[in-house]
Amino acid sequence: MDAKIQYLLRQGDNAMILSQQLCQLVGKGPALEEDMALSNVALDLLGQTRMWLGYAGELEGKGRDEDRLAFLRDAIEYRNCLLVEQPNGSYADTLTRQFLFDTWHYFLLDGLTRSSDERIRGIALKSVKEVTYHLRRSGDLMVRLGDGSEKSHAMMQTALDELWMYSGEMFLYDEIDQAMVEQSVAPASELLRQQSLDHMADIFQEATLTMPSPDAWMQRGGKQGRHSEHLGFILAEMQFLQRAYPESSW
Amino acid sequence: MTALDISIEQIWAWLGEVADPEIPVISIVDLGIVRDVRLMDDACLVTITPTYSGCPAMQVIAASVSDALHAHGIEHVRIESRLSPAWTTDWMSEAGKAALKGYGIAPPVQQAIDISGLHAGIRRRAAPAVNCPNCGSPHTQLTSEFGSTPCKALYKCLDCREPFDYFKCH
Repeated sequence: MDAKIQYLLRQGDNAMILSQQLCQLVGKGPALEEDMALSNVALDLLGQTRMWLGYAGELEGKGRDEDRLAFLRDAIEYRNCLLVEQPNGSYADTLTRQFLFDTWHYFLLDGLTRSSDERIRGIALKSVKEVTYHLRRSGDLMVRLGDGSEKSHAMMQTALDELWMYSGEMFLYDEIDQAMVEQSVAPASELLRQQSLDHMADIFQEATLTMPSPDAWMQRGGKQGRHSEHLGFILAEMQFLQRAYPESSW
Repeated sequence: MTALDISIEQIWAWLGEVADPEIPVISIVDLGIVRDVRLMDDACLVTITPTYSGCPAMQVIAASVSDALHAHGIEHVRIESRLSPAWTTDWMSEAGKAALKGYGIAPPVQQAIDISGLHAGIRRRAAPAVNCPNCGSPHTQLTSEFGSTPCKALYKCLDCREPFDYFKCH
């Protein structure tokens, strides 16, 4: 499969799996405002998914549209990073996962606004505006809960320590990412990583949280289709209707 | 009757009567969603752009555009969606902003986020000062970055104590 199609699937799958995870919290948020924020972020990510997968399907040219790509691929064909498939857990886990993702996502999209691919540039310019709000919110909550009560601080630090090993995969470029850099489609890993780590460090400091080492060992494999056990359960729920009633539609 | 008998201005005027499905006091033209109107042979081509990429109102808006033009006798209407340049609240008309305010939604207060700048938008407390649409007081506070639709944030007025929606700069 063409490197660019794979790259597009990675972006679409990241947005879709995180959106699906956040949708599970709709109606269960700890406060009304948070409930609405979660569903708004999920909606933005779902819209972005449609743009990425729609483009991937067109480039592939085998008649797979965004819906077929979403509902008829199994876990091994999914290309999202491991971070987004980690469980919602406590709200500290949900927020920390979001902040780690938002930070990388924002700087990636910022880089993609200068992509050599016009269509990718258009999607990135649209998405980065939305993700600016996502990151502002998740960063704010990291600080408020990290620098909150003794209990909230402890929960945030634990969540950060446990999720940190999933924060590095996005910056580990393989031959597909590298091909995109060489074609000036995607931004280089080093700059993206530095920008992200700098922003994280600022927020963690204000949040009185101890930042784990950026050089710690990192989990990897999601981008190549080697997933944790969590993804299967997410897809089982998300794809149920199409699997049980093939080709059903509105 | 074919579209050929009708001026572009007339079609814009008709589209100016199509209300946004989520904020019915503002038209899709005042909101900046309609980007282009063209007449081609006997068909009318209307280009629209989504406010937010996940905006669930786009299909309703496309249907409303078709319905409105059909009602005015244009048989063949084609709707195209355009992503780039991305929609911005800078395209909102002054009439649209006034209508929002009258409806109790504070309109966008500044130029849209400059994404080419120094990433100012991701800083904490980057939310702008917004005047209360009910009493006009500048003493307001952000309650949540996200409101009842993706395009709005929640604020509260510290003087009249009313909560209100703010249409975010985008």
